[in-house]
This record gives sequence, C-alpha cells and structure tokens, in this order.
Amino acid sequence: MTLLTSVIFAEENIMIMDTVSTIKNMVPQVRRDIVRMVHAVQSGHPGGSLGCTEFLCTLYNGVMNHTPGRWEMDGKNQDVFFLSNGHISPVFYSVLARSGYFPVAELATFRKLSSRLQGHPTTHEGLEGVRMSSGSLGQGLSVSIGVALAKKLNNDKHHVFVLMGDGELQEGQVWEAAMFAAAKNVDNIIATIDVNGQQIDGSTEQVLNTGEWGSKWEAFGWIVLTMNGNDVDAVMKTMQEAKTKSGQGKPVVILMKTEMGNGVDFMMHSHKWHGIAPNDEQLATALAQNQATLGDY
Amino acid sequence: MKKYTYTEKKDTRSGFGAGLSQLGKENENVVALCADLTGSLKMDAFAKDHPERFIQVGIAEANMMGIAAGLAIGGKIPFTGTFANFSTGRVYDQIRQSIAYSDKNVKICASHAGLTLGEDGATHQILEDIGLMRMLPGMVVINPCDFNQTKAATIAIAKHHGPVYLRFGRPSVPNFTPADQHFEIGKAVLLNEGTDVTIIATGHLVWKAIEAGEQLAAKGISAEIINIHTIKPIDEEAILNSVAKTKCVVTCEEHNRFGGLGDAVAQVIIKNNPVPQEYVAVNDSFGESGTPDQLMTKYGLDTINIVEAAEKVLKRK
Repeated sequence: MTLLTSVIFAEENIMIMDTVSTIKNMVPQVRRDIVRMVHAVQSGHPGGSLGCTEFLCTLYNGVMNHTPGRWEMDGKNQDVFFLSNGHISPVFYSVLARSGYFPVAELATFRKLSSRLQGHPTTHEGLEGVRMSSGSLGQGLSVSIGVALAKKLNNDKHHVFVLMGDGELQEGQVWEAAMFAAAKNVDNIIATIDVNGQQIDGSTEQVLNTGEWGSKWEAFGWIVLTMNGNDVDAVMKTMQEAKTKSGQGKPVVILMKTEMGNGVDFMMHSHKWHGIAPNDEQLATALAQNQATLGDY
Repeated sequence: MKKYTYTEKKDTRSGFGAGLSQLGKENENVVALCADLTGSLKMDAFAKDHPERFIQVGIAEANMMGIAAGLAIGGKIPFTGTFANFSTGRVYDQIRQSIAYSDKNVKICASHAGLTLGEDGATHQILEDIGLMRMLPGMVVINPCDFNQTKAATIAIAKHHGPVYLRFGRPSVPNFTPADQHFEIGKAVLLNEGTDVTIIATGHLVWKAIEAGEQLAAKGISAEIINIHTIKPIDEEAILNSVAKTKCVVTCEEHNRFGGLGDAVAQVIIKNNPVPQEYVAVNDSFGESGTPDQLMTKYGLDTINIVEAAEKVLKRK
C-alpha cells in the first residue's frame, strides 16, 4: 500500500466513521418523532417503527445513493426504496423528513385530515419519497421487481431496496415474487425482512409457525444474508456486503433480526405495541429514554 | 338508417394483439406482461419482436400486477394480459392499492370476458369485471366492439396517462368499424340516428344492437343505436342528447345487470332526465359451459332480446 492509498483509505474510514456517527445521532431523534407522532393522534404503529429505526436511518444516510432534494417519481439513476409493510409509516416518514425529502415540520400532520402523511404511505398526496402505496401487505416485492426490471431496461445500474415484515411473508404474493425474481435473475434488488418475530395476534411462532426463513429463501434461489438490524455498524457492513453480492445473477435478501419497540424499554419484548399509541405518561418515559439530538419537529 | 356490413368476422383479442404489436414498434416504453396465456391473448407477435420488453410472469397474476406497477414507476407503459377473470377479481386488491390508488400508468388488458368464453364455464366467465373496475377511482374502463376498434383502443390507451381496463373477448364477431378509425376515450359512437328508442350497447352486443335496429325498423320503430365503448368515463352528453329525443333507453352488455353499463347509464339519466330504461344483461347469475352462441341465447343476450326490450320500454314511455 502506497502512502497515497493509505491516506485515501484513512480518509474513507474517517468518512464512514462520520457517516456512522451521524446515523447514530439521528436514531434517538427518529425514535422521538415516532412516539410523538403516534401519541399525538393516539393511533399508528410504534413497535415495528422503533424496531426498524436503525435500519432505515442507515439505509437512507449510509447506504443508498439518492438525491432527496431532487426527488423524481421514476427514481432514474439513483437507488430507490420501497416500504412494503406500510404500517411502519412513522419511521418511514421521520427518516424521509430527516433525510431531506420534505420539511420536518410536516411530521406534525401525521394521520390528520388532509395530510400528505396518511396512516399508511400513499403516492396519492404527492409526498416526496413515496413511490407506491402500501399497507395491504405482500405487494411491495412485486412492485420493487418491476422497478428493478425498468432499471435494467433503462441500463440504470442502481439498486432497488425493499423492506418487508416477517409476518408479511405469510402473504402468498411474496412467494410469487420471490419465485419470479430468482427465475428471471433480478439481481439488482436487495430485499430486507424485518424478523422481529411479532405480529398483531401474537408471536409469529404462535400465529403461524413457519420455521426459519433462510432455507426457504435459499430454496427459492436467493442469496441470503443475516444481520442485527438494531446495530448501525452491522447494518452498514451487511448492506455494503449485499451490494457486492448483487449483480451476479441472483437477488439478495437480508434476514434482519430486530427487537420490536427497540429503544423504548416498555415497548420491547412483546407484540402488544404493534399498533397502539402511548399515553402521556408513557410518552414522557419514551422521550426520557431518547434525547432530542436534532431538535423535535 | 345506415346499413352496416362486414367482410369478415374476427376476434377482438386479435385486435388487441395487432394493436400491441404496432405499439411495440412505435413506442419503446411499451412493455408487455403475460401470465401464461400468450397465445390466448394474441401477444405472440409482441413477444417475438420485442423479447426484451416482454415479461412472462407465469401463473402469478398478483405478482404481474405489482411488477406492472413497478415498471410504470420506472417510466414504462406496461400492458398486462390475461383472462378478464384473472385480470380483475383475482387481483382486485393489487390493482386497487398498487395501481389505482398509486396512480400507476398500467394498462390492464383482459380477454375472454363474459359468457362468450364458452365451454370453460362459469369459473372463467367473469360477468362482474366492468363493475369491479368502474368502482375504482381514476380507472378508465373500455369495452370495444370489434377487431378494428379493439386495435384502435389498444393504441389509444398508450397515450392516456393513468390506469386503464381494456376488456375484450374470445369469439369471432363481425368486424365492421373502420380500420382507420380515430379512437377517442370517453366518446360514444352514434351508429344510427333514430327517434323512438335509444339503444346503447358495448362490446359484443354492439353488432346485435345494429341487427336489432334493423328488425325494429321493419316493425316501424326508429331506433337510435349508440356504441359506447368507454364505460368510464361515460359520454353523458351523447346519452342525454339521445334520450332527450327518444324518451327511453335500452342498455346492452355481456355482463351482470348489476354494476355494468346499464347502471352507468342509469346514473346519468336518473340525475339529468329520468326516462324508462330496460337492461339487456345477465340476470344476476353465473354462466355455464356451452358454445358462445348457445350461452348468449340462454342468458338473454341475443338480438331478439334487444328487440323485445325496446318494445317493452316503448310501452313504458
């Protein structure tokens, strides 16, 4: 290694460290946004949102090559992301706003009448950063594959990222899409499954015990990676690895272990906070556990 | 009264195939998806000429609708192809969320609609699809009447930005509209002027309406015949102008009497100029196996049924 390349590597490392510290600084703020948004309207889905906070903060600020200030629906010549499990809209909206897609102040309109921040994400209201409606589960992977195919037709080398829940994998359309992507070598798609082991009626084990997911995705022809979704460093590392494994004829899926409700102690280790809002006292507790690093909306 | 003739019978699905083939040559953004029915949908030519833009999805219609939505996001103009049953009822939620609510520029092209699918029977003979698609906000619903019109409609919908449901069928029917016609979405075609009764028909029933008009003329009844290929948005002006003159209307469709053309017309006249209306439509039932002609007769969708409906509605004026 020459002195020059040593310097370049050192600079890259510093940049990555800066990026990681920026992301880690954003995480508690996004958690505050989530619980405040849900508390304000006494509805929404805090559990899965909190569990995916590290992942989405990292994806949008350390992984994706994108241009929030010049947002276009077609996403040409940039990486794009699709949220298939649309009920975790609070974390999606917060990360989009905190990443520069729309004003942070607009988070205050979440789930209110005439808001662009609908209960589940929609393109209908023209919110920057949202390219498909989601909420009815199981549809995001198919849409992402369509975008990935369009990118191939357009000779656009960027990636398509998609997030699904583990409970969502009970929807049959997911497996139609999984089959297709492998059969047609859609290798510019990187799917992530939020494996938090919880769904509305209980643990995924209790509701529909499907066994472990890795062998299923491998059998369908996908490259399977695993990571701890609540560890920013692990997410950075694994998502970069996923990028290096893409483009080789197979789609990539990451089984992301998360803790539902992560970062708010009383929301963790249970399915109960899937879709209920904290009261005033619970909000105060949650906020005390997450400092306002970037300023509240 | 204008006399309509034709030189050959052709299937409307082949009109779709011909239109898609032409679009493929003219517009490189047009992509086609099919769920294992390429031959039935007459998409072979497109698939052969543009293999890179033809996506064989396999028997997975929900996935096909989602992929189409994604292709639309990426700037493409996707045309999906499968039977009408699998284009609508099977994938209603995918169309609702990923296409209609998401405002995606997807063209849902549906063959084998209605009873004239024939021997395969009721599992495949959807009679509810117009209603299902009409109810979706922003969805355009088109049911052309012959080969030439289906080809023209296929080409026209590529220029319309937004979701479209294009419905056509399996049997060979008289190909009587001009090959060089200009297809305008939402614009009804006045086939024959008349003064006693308005007959509004769509799809395969249009030719039967023309035949009914001739039989009524022989009985001294002057029928105004309208081909209403676009059911949504419906041409209110054409309907109201006609019923203002005739004071009664018969609607004709290869569809359940609930939710289809008849109801669309009824909504227009109830609000603006209530006049008696009779429906020529399937009377809230499923179909069954049989030849297309046998089924159209058994379920009351023949020329004679239109004549009888016209005579009945005349008495209600």
